[in-house]
Amino acid sequence: MLARRIIPCLDVNDGRVVKGIKFVDLVDAGDPVEQAKRYDAEGADELVFLDITASSDRRRIVADMVRQVADSVFIPFTVGGGIRTVDDMAGILGSGADKIATNTAALADPSLLEDGARRFGSQAIVLAIDARRVTDGAPGEPPRWEVYSHGGRRATGRDAVGWAMEATSRGAGEILLTSMDRDGTGDGYDLALLRAVSQAVMVPVIASGGAGTVDHIVDALTAGGASAALAASIFHFGRISIPEVRAALREQGVPSR
Amino acid sequence: MTLAIVDCGIGNLRSVQKAFEATGTAAVLTADHGQLREASHLVVPGVGAFGDFMTALGRIGVETVLADRIAQNTPLLGICVGMQVLFEEGLEFGRHRGLGWIEGRVIPFDADQLTVPHVGWNQARSVRPDPLLDAPDEPWFYFVHSFHAETSADCVVARTDYGHDFPSIVRSRSVWGVQFHPEKSQKAGLDLLARFAALPSPLVEQEAPSC
Repeated sequence: MLARRIIPCLDVNDGRVVKGIKFVDLVDAGDPVEQAKRYDAEGADELVFLDITASSDRRRIVADMVRQVADSVFIPFTVGGGIRTVDDMAGILGSGADKIATNTAALADPSLLEDGARRFGSQAIVLAIDARRVTDGAPGEPPRWEVYSHGGRRATGRDAVGWAMEATSRGAGEILLTSMDRDGTGDGYDLALLRAVSQAVMVPVIASGGAGTVDHIVDALTAGGASAALAASIFHFGRISIPEVRAALREQGVPSR
Repeated sequence: MTLAIVDCGIGNLRSVQKAFEATGTAAVLTADHGQLREASHLVVPGVGAFGDFMTALGRIGVETVLADRIAQNTPLLGICVGMQVLFEEGLEFGRHRGLGWIEGRVIPFDADQLTVPHVGWNQARSVRPDPLLDAPDEPWFYFVHSFHAETSADCVVARTDYGHDFPSIVRSRSVWGVQFHPEKSQKAGLDLLARFAALPSPLVEQEAPSC
């Protein structure tokens, strides 16, 4: 039986790890390779690197980081951020990453998902969705979520559940689903959002945004229906450890490594 | 001893090499027939589709060299598609001949019943004692595949459950195959690679039962 996964996320800029709070305040939190090795040793199932490097030299900086990580950690990892073309994907996967995550570029041109899946296989293509709850719905109506692009700065008018369905039919092998309302709050994942998307697609959904306690992670993987839970700050600053999460999952009978 | 990783120019084999290095075993990536003849241990990591990978192996012309080496009981480890091509045939995008060193064939998972590919951490349940596994442990390994082996029970070392049981570790004589990626399976994977590298070469006849 497949294990549910625990995935620490490392936001990186210019080859350094930074921590995201509501996508704006960034605090330097260390060297990506050292962090990756620490999480590998602690028992993380996978790692996600979200790269926000803006410099013109970004391709080289990211490829160097990917190569160093691949040389020193022996678990799968995903790299996202700034991937616009199939060649960008090839550069990152060829440097040793297992998957790429795409967001804004896939919204601008969804055929990128098809082209990437055809060339590298669906298992290498993760679609990242940043979703915000639409608050103007009439009372009693089911909740809706709108997709945002450009690191959460631009509303797209797209419905998150519909976009997830379209993207998986085009070849995305996994959905990395971030609740912008919960991101950085520590109030827990948006379980309704997780349920809505994970019931609508056949591929694994990675819960992101809002983890503050061990119970939040357990909730995402049970009530939320997610296959994996991603978190950043609670792991980075040692507020909870991966073995603690595993112990709680075991107690609830959730399959975990 | 030298451990050689067969490099037919497709896919990134660096993580396999680095994983062996992390266990204290130097490993060379090579397509050179001389190096493959000299190596004490051989590793065939495979990526891509079954037929494409057989073609790539054909391009570097290593089939006879590798067959000679396993006839001498040199330990050989196939990984992922490198495991699948050890069988007689594969049914990915048509019917393709495999190396035929282990009896059986490679068939698709039922995509109507299961999410395919099978991606993620799953357990290998040992069904017979084997030097690569520390039974009765049921270690977790990382899998990424849409096809799986179908073979005689005698060839199976461990099975994994994804909708139904399929062979995740197979063996005949000095030839082993693992469907998962030990180089991506953290400690369990590194342990398995270390156990492979520690096998005597050549294996003595009674340690190399044919399946």
